[in-house]
Amino acid sequence: MDFWAWLILITKVLAIFVLFALAPLVLVLAERQILGRLQSRYGPNRVGWSGWLQTAADGLKLGIKEDMMPAGSDKGIFWFAPIIMVMPAMAAWAIVPFGPTVELGRSIGLWIADLNVGVLYFLAMGSLGAYGVVMAGWASNSKYAHFGALRATAQLISYELVLGLGVLAVVLYSGTLSLVDIVDAQKGLWFIVPQFVGFLLFLFAAVAETNRAPFDLPEAETELVAGFHVEFSGMRWAFFFMAEYANILLMSAVITTLFLGGWHGWTIPGAEGLTSVFWFLLKTLTFVFLFFLFRATLPRFRYDQLMNFCWKILIPIGVVNLIAAAGLRIVWS
Amino acid sequence: MPSWIAVVILMAVAFLFAVGSLIGTMALKPRRKFDAKVEAYESGMVPLHDSRGRYNVRFYLVAVTFLIFDVELLFFYPWALYFNMISDQVSLFASGCVFLAILAVAFVYEWRKGALDWNQ
Repeated sequence: MDFWAWLILITKVLAIFVLFALAPLVLVLAERQILGRLQSRYGPNRVGWSGWLQTAADGLKLGIKEDMMPAGSDKGIFWFAPIIMVMPAMAAWAIVPFGPTVELGRSIGLWIADLNVGVLYFLAMGSLGAYGVVMAGWASNSKYAHFGALRATAQLISYELVLGLGVLAVVLYSGTLSLVDIVDAQKGLWFIVPQFVGFLLFLFAAVAETNRAPFDLPEAETELVAGFHVEFSGMRWAFFFMAEYANILLMSAVITTLFLGGWHGWTIPGAEGLTSVFWFLLKTLTFVFLFFLFRATLPRFRYDQLMNFCWKILIPIGVVNLIAAAGLRIVWS
Repeated sequence: MPSWIAVVILMAVAFLFAVGSLIGTMALKPRRKFDAKVEAYESGMVPLHDSRGRYNVRFYLVAVTFLIFDVELLFFYPWALYFNMISDQVSLFASGCVFLAILAVAFVYEWRKGALDWNQ
């Protein structure tokens, strides 16, 4: 690799870093504004122009808050849990393709790394988040955190299977694990059309994996106060929050990539790169809005309903769907 | 392997960001600790004992079931990947079905035994 290749790579990494640092601020604010409108009340409207600086102020406040370590907590694990939560949430962005290869003096792919095991890398980074949850709940020495972590772990690992089944159906059609190649394979037909069932499985699992309503049992406010991160404060707590919102954006981006044709859309000649990124962002943000809409409109599941829904409905459907997809492929080819 | 270098760089940046901002806020944050403040939260009660006690065995059952199914799912990645590469798709399909049938027996057994029922 020569100097320019390194420079381009460092620029891309910095761009992802800025996205990761700013996206939660914007998303939290957008969620609060949208929730406010949906519930016929004002959202945040004091700090900045009609509240647009609210989360920046919140972030500043969290940065200078005292962060406590409860008595009897496991210090090392308590220190490390937020880090292991944030790190994979950011590292997973390496494989997301934001747009096609563009020509700016040399060809630049609008992704950090086109791994030939991209899908597995995404799933692996997703599973690492479960470690953060377990470590946080175990280290806190609080009963609420303990129960929250147990629930969260069971939920995360159960829905990981559903996530995997949804992805498998796409892999069956595309014949590749690289996300860039998967997008290329959807040039003619988006995978949501032949794999609508897989899309639904992936969507449900994505909502459950990010601990969002209606699957937000790990942090059910009315019974577990905040679940596994109840003892965390200050910057550490901010890390859990950042990871949650970064994961929402990541899940939306991956759904877009796997099922909605990624950056494909009508392009303006001469500005293909720009319009492609526009389509990608538009589709991604649509799913982010869907996440917010779920939270505003759906009541929380009961825990036994959650587990039964996963093991007795989604997983059998996923397996049958996989076999059916394989059968259809043979019939078509 | 330039693509892996990129991933490692991103991970390093993520790690440095996390550790750096934790250390950075250490300089800013106040330190005013007293016994009642560092107590674990328990709705205002004084915690009686360590919270890491026994818990429901169902969580363990879920973990074991997950292990079995996750390994099974991993076997399916090469299977799904090779569907586009080989010509004899029918035998590949058949072998996948046999594998799934064996798994389905275990799944049905588990279901009948009530391992998947949460409220019993």
